[in-house]
Amino acid sequence: MLSRVANTMYWMNRYIERAENYARFMDVNFNLSLESPPDVEEQWKPLVVITGDWPMYETRYKNIDKHRVIYFLGFDPKNPNSIYSCITNARENARSVRSEITKEVWEQINSIYFFVKEGLEKKLWKSKDPRLFFKKVREDCQLLYGIFDATISRNDGWHFGKIGQLVERADKTSRVMDVKYHVLLSTPQEVGSPLDLMQWAALLKSVSAYDMYRKKYGKLTALNISEFLILDKKFPRSMLCCLIHAEKSLQEITGSTGGFSNEAEKQLGKLKSELEFLDISDIFEMGLHEYLDDFQIRLNGVSLSLYNSFFAAQSQVQIHQ
Amino acid sequence: MAKVDFTKYETTGYYDEMFNENNGVRPSYEKFKKRLEKLSRNKLKFLQHATDRAQLSLGMTFNVYSDNQGVERILHLDIIPRIINSTDWDRLAKGLEQRIVALNLFINDIYGEQRALKDNIIPKELVLSSAGYLKECIGLRPPENVWSHISGTDLIRGDDGNFYVLEDNLRCPSGVSYMLENREILKRTFPEVFEKLKVRPVHDYTHHLRDMLESLTRESPAFIAVLTPGIYNSAYFEHAYLAQQMGAELVEGRDLVVKNNFVYMNTTKGLQRVDVIYRRVDDDFIDPLIFNKDSMLGTPGLFEAYRRGNVVLVNAPGAGVADDKAVYAYIPRLIKYYLGEEVLLPNIKTYICAEKDDCNYVLENIHTLVVKQTDGSGGYGMLIGPKSTKKECEEFITKIKNNPRNYIAQPMINLSRVPTLTDDTIEGRHVDLRPYCLYGKDIKIVPGALTRVALTKGSLVVNSSQGGGSKDTWILDSK
Repeated sequence: MLSRVANTMYWMNRYIERAENYARFMDVNFNLSLESPPDVEEQWKPLVVITGDWPMYETRYKNIDKHRVIYFLGFDPKNPNSIYSCITNARENARSVRSEITKEVWEQINSIYFFVKEGLEKKLWKSKDPRLFFKKVREDCQLLYGIFDATISRNDGWHFGKIGQLVERADKTSRVMDVKYHVLLSTPQEVGSPLDLMQWAALLKSVSAYDMYRKKYGKLTALNISEFLILDKKFPRSMLCCLIHAEKSLQEITGSTGGFSNEAEKQLGKLKSELEFLDISDIFEMGLHEYLDDFQIRLNGVSLSLYNSFFAAQSQVQIHQ
Repeated sequence: MAKVDFTKYETTGYYDEMFNENNGVRPSYEKFKKRLEKLSRNKLKFLQHATDRAQLSLGMTFNVYSDNQGVERILHLDIIPRIINSTDWDRLAKGLEQRIVALNLFINDIYGEQRALKDNIIPKELVLSSAGYLKECIGLRPPENVWSHISGTDLIRGDDGNFYVLEDNLRCPSGVSYMLENREILKRTFPEVFEKLKVRPVHDYTHHLRDMLESLTRESPAFIAVLTPGIYNSAYFEHAYLAQQMGAELVEGRDLVVKNNFVYMNTTKGLQRVDVIYRRVDDDFIDPLIFNKDSMLGTPGLFEAYRRGNVVLVNAPGAGVADDKAVYAYIPRLIKYYLGEEVLLPNIKTYICAEKDDCNYVLENIHTLVVKQTDGSGGYGMLIGPKSTKKECEEFITKIKNNPRNYIAQPMINLSRVPTLTDDTIEGRHVDLRPYCLYGKDIKIVPGALTRVALTKGSLVVNSSQGGGSKDTWILDSK
């Protein structure tokens, strides 16, 4: 498949995954804020930190304001990571690989775009309950995942798309954990106050993990939550699970059965194997924050090596001619 | 609820596709009119609305960059179709076939022996000074000696009810995706009418297109790519649509690389050879080594690979020499010369400003004429004399005097009209007709066309860039 197209499929799926994650974060956080003490900064700042957009927010705004955060993360065309920007980019990407995706996929992306655009035009961030907007974005993205899987052949394009989605998902799960790690660390064993409990539940919900976690562990404990979100092999949003499936897709593309045939495979394989052979107490020993920080850096490395191995490789041939 | 009602509809002296001069409905429209009259006005509005939405959802949009920010627009599709009976169509298709054969013989001749120039059928200077004439193509022989494989001829129906050729588009005619998607949308809008009327299908166009492209190479399986300038091109939707429908690769110039005079695309698994390129990039931009040096849209070395016969370019570079608007005037003569036949589809009387007598006539009668730039398209660079101010006419007089080769003029022709939905009523609007010819080993004309409609009351300019819309075009089966 065309290198440019592979790259575009990868990013198109990353953008959609990012938008869906943001939509869920906003929904959950809005919910949480209804029941928390009315300290706006404490409620809304972590959200901007999770997404990694805090430095930009800081340069543009003096203070934390609920509607401003909702605008910034949900609708702001100037924030390249806002839901609006992600969906717009995903659509532009889809447009430029129109012949690789099905009509159904294209129409769904297009329909999300028009919905989000309408949201911007109607200034929905000012509305009393913007959750309806975020819920619809999340559902529409999930519908898109379904259409993507149900209508596209498992060709290289699909696998590159999958890798993009999983890399983004692993990154977001690790960021959610990282920002909330102080909550986790303050009570390493058992959950204390009702407020803590709510915070923890929210943490799980923001990565759609609450139901599956309860099913597996029942009680909310810091160790178990961390274990579930980092190391669980079956939960589709855990960091390890994302890497396992990303590696599978990469192997489908390269055809390799073991070892590695390029830098991307090498880095992804190493990162995944290390996670596989860790248990949660090792991670707490290293320091949860330190570990997650390192994970994010190395995940970026995987993304870069994917670019070098597949998306840019041939252009270099061209230059050297 | 008020029903759709044609009793107040006026043809006001124009040829109307739906009504004859006595306001009686033409046979081809009888069933459709009956169906329309059963609808309430609100329902009709609703159907029109659903059509707009369908176009948006399909992504049938183009960007307009007039004001700094790109605005996404749809080409408005009016839901009242343009219906053509089978007799008219068959006659028209024959004429098109004759024309496209002669035009290709002419292009082949110009880049070969130049017999028509030696025999003084058409002035040599006129042909060789055409912007579409590429000296780089001299001596080339594309497969099957066909240069314009995909053409879209603009026709109009005049007051006398006859079809005339308005202009030939032999380079990269666009709009065929609208012919195909308009049909899909209208089938959803008026399913019952389709059941009752025998509308000839158009959906196999992309199959014929692929077959034609494959027939131009000996490679099997043939690797086919559609070359697009990219997502900012106003016809990008069409490029993507055709690639997808044909199962061809959609590439941009930067995806291609030429090595040892063969063309390849950059893939995740290395280089993949490309055999046939349906390119939607203008001649000027396909190869910065040969043509426009600043082009970012093309691929260096592409033309040399083509010259050596290592890749097929469709349409062939240089084909534009025959759709120059000044060359147009000579086409009836060329048809006679190459085929020994009388022209079946007449031209519109054309005054060539490069010729002294014609030029004087144009300068004296400019207020009654339509003046066009010989290399212009998209409705730009033209003057509609009767609808222009004195000042505008004078500007054109200066332009013509400065560069007569660049202009032709034609009498003002009244384009026929089709009833069209306006905000609160149905009124006649002027239309043209663009059918598409495919020409490889043989000629294939799918029974359908793009009908462009000038949505502004009284306007004769149907171009999408100038307030034009489109209509689905139904060709009826004779049985």
